[in-house]
Amino acid sequence: MNERELRGLIEDVRIGKLSRRAFVRGMVAVGLTAPLAAQMLSHSGIAMAAPFPEYKPTQRGGGGPLRLLWWQGPTLLNPHFAVGTKDQDGSRLFYEPLAAWDADGNLVPILAAEIPSLENGGLAEDGMSVTWKLKQGVTWHDGEPFTADDCVFNWEYATDPDTAAVTIGSYQGMNVVKVDDHTVRVEFEEPTPFWADPFVGTRGMLIPKHLFQDFKGAASRDAPANLAPVGTGPYLFEQFNPGDLVTGKLNPNYHEENRPYFDSIEMKGGGDAVSAARAVLQTGEYDLAWNMQVEDELLKRLEEAGKGHIEIMDGGDIEHIQINNTDPWTEVDGERSSLKTKHPFLTDPAVRKALNLLVDRGSVEQHIYGRGGPATANFLNNPEQFRSTKTSYEFDVEKAVAILEEGGWTPGADGIREKDGVKLKFVYQTSINAPRQKTQAIVKQACQKAGIEVELKSITASVFFSSDEANPDTYTKFYCDIQMYTTTQTQPDPGVFMNQFLSWEVATKANKWQGRNITRWTNPEYDKLYREAEAELDPVKRAALFIRMNEMVIEEVAVIPVVSRPRVAALSNKLHAPLSGWDNYTAHLKDWYRDA
Amino acid sequence: MSQYLLRRLLIAVPSLLGISIILFTILALAPGDPFGELATNPAVPPEVRAALREKFGLNDPVYVRYLRWLMAMSQGDWGFSFVSRVDVDVLILQRLPTTLIVIGASQVLALLIALPVGTYAATRPYSLFDQVANTLAFVGFSLPTFFTGIVFILIFSVTLDWLPFVYRSEIDATGFAFVWGHIKQAIMPVAVLGLFQGASWTRFVRSAVLDVVRLDYVTTARAKGLAERVVIMKHIVRNALIPVVTLVALQMPIVFGGAIVTEQIFRIPGIGSLLISSILANDTPVIMAVTFVFACLVILFNLIADILYGWLDPRISYR
Repeated sequence: MNERELRGLIEDVRIGKLSRRAFVRGMVAVGLTAPLAAQMLSHSGIAMAAPFPEYKPTQRGGGGPLRLLWWQGPTLLNPHFAVGTKDQDGSRLFYEPLAAWDADGNLVPILAAEIPSLENGGLAEDGMSVTWKLKQGVTWHDGEPFTADDCVFNWEYATDPDTAAVTIGSYQGMNVVKVDDHTVRVEFEEPTPFWADPFVGTRGMLIPKHLFQDFKGAASRDAPANLAPVGTGPYLFEQFNPGDLVTGKLNPNYHEENRPYFDSIEMKGGGDAVSAARAVLQTGEYDLAWNMQVEDELLKRLEEAGKGHIEIMDGGDIEHIQINNTDPWTEVDGERSSLKTKHPFLTDPAVRKALNLLVDRGSVEQHIYGRGGPATANFLNNPEQFRSTKTSYEFDVEKAVAILEEGGWTPGADGIREKDGVKLKFVYQTSINAPRQKTQAIVKQACQKAGIEVELKSITASVFFSSDEANPDTYTKFYCDIQMYTTTQTQPDPGVFMNQFLSWEVATKANKWQGRNITRWTNPEYDKLYREAEAELDPVKRAALFIRMNEMVIEEVAVIPVVSRPRVAALSNKLHAPLSGWDNYTAHLKDWYRDA
Repeated sequence: MSQYLLRRLLIAVPSLLGISIILFTILALAPGDPFGELATNPAVPPEVRAALREKFGLNDPVYVRYLRWLMAMSQGDWGFSFVSRVDVDVLILQRLPTTLIVIGASQVLALLIALPVGTYAATRPYSLFDQVANTLAFVGFSLPTFFTGIVFILIFSVTLDWLPFVYRSEIDATGFAFVWGHIKQAIMPVAVLGLFQGASWTRFVRSAVLDVVRLDYVTTARAKGLAERVVIMKHIVRNALIPVVTLVALQMPIVFGGAIVTEQIFRIPGIGSLLISSILANDTPVIMAVTFVFACLVILFNLIADILYGWLDPRISYR
């Protein structure tokens, strides 16, 4: 899909021929993020949609307790240290960012008075700065006013390397200036097309300057407020037992009227996903449970109790198979899978194409993941009907065999195909996780039919996903022919996602395997497109570049997408809780309410 | 006696040192990285992880880390959790009351079952009661707690909807409702653990009583014309209890260690679930502290058991 076609689609949205939602879905299907899609629309002068269904309660409070079940409870409540989503979700009960993402990638103002745009002068034409107007009259839970000083402080706090904040990546390479008490300007060092990262969403939650200013840098761990948050959010902090329980009560001075609805909130941790699903869907002890990694069969059965239902939130996470471009079995200069080697047969396009045809995504979706893992296609197929999510992938053993035959791979005496003495025999690794082992089996079976021998290998997740330099079985080392795992796209901008195919990002011994390019697939053309996208300020042109990059990855079978992994939550049928796959579960907590 | 105590305590010091070295080395050698989650998150630059490793001293050699830990521990500093960024003793103390209540109550329940049932069964060996008790005990300790736990949840929570199956450490109620809330949620976990423990203890009590019940002095007591109740309580049970008390004393450290599986099933925020989540998160200081405290308790209660044994049976002397 090129820029012209994209503009045509945006025009369709403008005249109402195509719905916003369909447009966003389509963009996600071609490998973009919903926030980028929404950015394209707003840049083209189509206003961000009113995001949520109406909020019904007409007064603050009166909703009783809200009970949330996180089967891994938050372990800390400082958003700048929040490593996992569980910690961010917990922090979000009390802290808020300037703006949050809704399900369709629209920005919703929270502590900002409005979303910066070209029209309101918030965005600089040259992409060098963004000016945020803050909401007036917001107070911290202890009564102190929330001002621009707090925003500037958060930037200073996060960028201090001694603080060791995990949010540093969102605040580096920019300068944050106070314009007046309720205006801040973020000044970038270079033109930045995606400006909505600092102060926005999961990593944009703001902590109060007056409580944290003495605990910046090395002293950060001693701040009493690390364990007793004082934020601006809809609930006041009451109690925190790490890994077990977070409780809060209604904030009577919350900055939006009639909100929040619930009198108290409780986030309970611990246990396992299955019993969490039961507590919401079957017994109704809890109102919402997080991250339902449960077989779809079982969820469907539990839903029959009629107390709750499952909600799927589209995001960009994808379970995919990576194909090694380098030789994992030859050691060069102390490392295997070195860039100096070339894989003996996986670099042959015929083999890659055949493999792509041998992954039976339909069965994987149907028999393993269900609603929690819709099979994903080649990212891009048909511009005219790009909403097609069903038809695009293909599973065809005969076609794969034909491609292999054509490529010169003929069956040897043992039935395994070979060419010039190289046998089609490879090792396929993944982490230990029941659905993954089942997927491995499905792929192996198809490969055997096509005359390819597959050896399966499974590695404990804590080893596979670790960054242990001494361990040969980590996913970044990729000492194996092909491997499978889920790569996350929780970042609102596809830039971070797409850097995993850049030549300078290759994971090597020199960078302690911290590079993002695991497949070691490189292409100068791809690098060039990425560089262009980095500097391109027009979101539509930028989207076209990303789409092109995605096409390259899929056309050359650098990876084989298997299923996308949306977030799955279990909700009580009475609860109205707007959720977004692009932000925290609790991002829009202020808008939650329950039918009486 | 005091000499014996002193000797035992002195022996305990090298054993604890040895245990701590083994624990520390195993944890240091085990794969996994407390900041591994940061590595898989592309939005976090690798420098942050490097800075954190540096800050928490993870880049030092194992023996340096061990010595640092030992020094801190000897001064009462239990360490600092990597994951929660809180002092470890805060984490443990937060969870200790729940563990003590739930596991303690289950041990009491186990004793309340095991003593009367075991004794009564032994005084009427091979009667109908004995056979039923024996069979039930056999069933009881053959069924693992994760199984009975889930069966209990299915019956009492899902089907009958009588009891909650998520344990809350905080109950927002006062007076009677508060007490009842705590009891209600503790019933299932206490029953699961107590019945399991009680089943094995029943068989133990039965055989201990059986050993005593045919001894000559019991016959003499009966011949004296003592009431059967007095014979059983004063002459049989008291003597039969000696091995039982030792066994129970040795079980006491478990009360502090929690019951990992049961705590996980019922979401009890006890030490056991702290341990398992710390292991999953590679939070070494917490794992180290919990396992080390556990090791100390095992040694301590071994000593207490030995002393109790001599106190109950004066024929044993300490040299």
